Amino acid sequence: MVDTVFVWRRLVGAQIRSQLQYRLSFALDAFGSFWISFIDFLVVLVIFRNVSRLNEWNVHEVAFLYALSSITFAVTDMLIGQLDQFPQKIRDGNFDILLVRPRGTLFQVIASDFALRRVARVVQGSIVLVYALSTLTIHWTVLRVLVLVVSVPSAIVIFSSIWVVGACIAFWTTDGGEFTNAFTYGGTAMAQYPFDIYATWLRRLLGFVIPLAFVCYFPALYVLGKTDPLGLPRFLEFCSPAVAAVSALVAGLTWRSAVRHYRSAGG
Amino acid sequence: MIEVEGLRKEFVVRRGRFRRERHVVTAVNGISFRVDRGELLGYLGPNGAGKSTTIKMLTGILVPTGGHISVAGLEPSRKRIELAHRIGAMFGQRIQLWWDLPLRDSFELLRHIYRVPADRHRTNLARFREVLELDAFLDTPVRQLSLGQRIRGELTAAMLHAPELLFLDEPTIGLDVVAKQRVRDFLVEINREDGVTVMLTTHDLGDIERLCNRLLVIDHGSLIWDGGIPELKERYGGERTLVIDLEEPAPPLVVEGAVVDRVDGPRQWLRFKGSASEITSRVAEAARLVDLQVQEPDIEEIVRRIYMR
Repeated sequence: MVDTVFVWRRLVGAQIRSQLQYRLSFALDAFGSFWISFIDFLVVLVIFRNVSRLNEWNVHEVAFLYALSSITFAVTDMLIGQLDQFPQKIRDGNFDILLVRPRGTLFQVIASDFALRRVARVVQGSIVLVYALSTLTIHWTVLRVLVLVVSVPSAIVIFSSIWVVGACIAFWTTDGGEFTNAFTYGGTAMAQYPFDIYATWLRRLLGFVIPLAFVCYFPALYVLGKTDPLGLPRFLEFCSPAVAAVSALVAGLTWRSAVRHYRSAGG
Repeated sequence: MIEVEGLRKEFVVRRGRFRRERHVVTAVNGISFRVDRGELLGYLGPNGAGKSTTIKMLTGILVPTGGHISVAGLEPSRKRIELAHRIGAMFGQRIQLWWDLPLRDSFELLRHIYRVPADRHRTNLARFREVLELDAFLDTPVRQLSLGQRIRGELTAAMLHAPELLFLDEPTIGLDVVAKQRVRDFLVEINREDGVTVMLTTHDLGDIERLCNRLLVIDHGSLIWDGGIPELKERYGGERTLVIDLEEPAPPLVVEGAVVDRVDGPRQWLRFKGSASEITSRVAEAARLVDLQVQEPDIEEIVRRIYMR
């Protein structure tokens, strides 16, 4: 485990060095990434110019939700976001190379795809979080701090698991990138808003089958001290770490069985 | 070192745009062979014969549909990681080096991936730097290397963890004569000096003739030859060609034990089996000779004959 983390750092370090070789390109990418996500947040503000509340949520609370989803998604994207280009590796057969090395394949895919420029989006999310926290009056308790702190790694694990399962589709279809994007990029867009505004079927599918509701919605309810407008059991507000663990397990098993279906490419 | 028994691989292919029909394509159809430690084995076959598929099953990339494989005592698809420490692999058409990094950095990353201690890594690398003359471009990013330089880098990458067994899939593809020779010299050296077992697929029969002491030929998923090169020549290439120059153009000669293949002015090509001197004396009786020459069949010709069967 320690060794794996060490190797990950070496691999990622090498990529950061090579990405920084092209300074201008890096700066432009980072700048672009920052603005795209900033415009994303402007949409939230535009909505609240027209309505004062979304169901029971005011603009500061939605900003908090937005920030939490944005930061955790951006970190996931930075760590493993290139996984959406993974189908290419399957199609051209370069996945072969990973299979003849003495490391887990998922580890190698993740470690070979670190996009530092996406740090810009983490920065943007953090700015929104600071803004949200400064305008909200939260009665901080130890448990609230704990739920907030634990929710971040849990959300990253949940997002990552969705991404990995999505990438597995490529083993069967040798493509399917767009389908996966609906759940990754689409998923984060959904998680930025309170779940009670969505239709019931959508809430069931994206909230629980694909456990996006545990990314921010439930932890945010607890931290903000709101009662769930949907009237769901309160213990769900503490379930994010457990859901994250189950997601990771499902993702790991799916990956394993997918690798055994790998067919390589001719030549 | 390698034991293969009744190995099969089938692919399910779906054809058709609307009514997707299921077809089973058999890429490798029940082959068996064994390779001993220290062999340098050539694996030959036309495109689509199942060469690469076999290599991919031996290295643990593909899971066989049926049959049994043991490589270095391990079942590749189940013990992939354990096996990876003991084998090296190089695929001429895939890139395992890091595209944007200098060659030296790629090697350093591989050292960590394979958990090679730093001092052993240094000794191994020093050796390959010398044999493959890497020093001139060790600090150049891989994307700027010529194909020949990159292949030398790839070979080093495959051998840095000192594997007992090296798989090469078309290692000399696209290389010029000098670069090819360098790769061949390298393979002979690691085979002789370090006792590394080498199995290589190639379309370049020069590779086979200069390197290999044994040859496997696969066609349509089945092994059609397993043995030495001289035996192969004897079996499939028993016929030699006698090229004669006559004093003047003549109709094809009728000589017992030989068949005229081609006539070009005063020159004729006669295919024959058995003793060259007997045929020559018979030809000399039938016509006045100016010059003559006996041609041995080359391996390319033999392989063409095997594929054409």
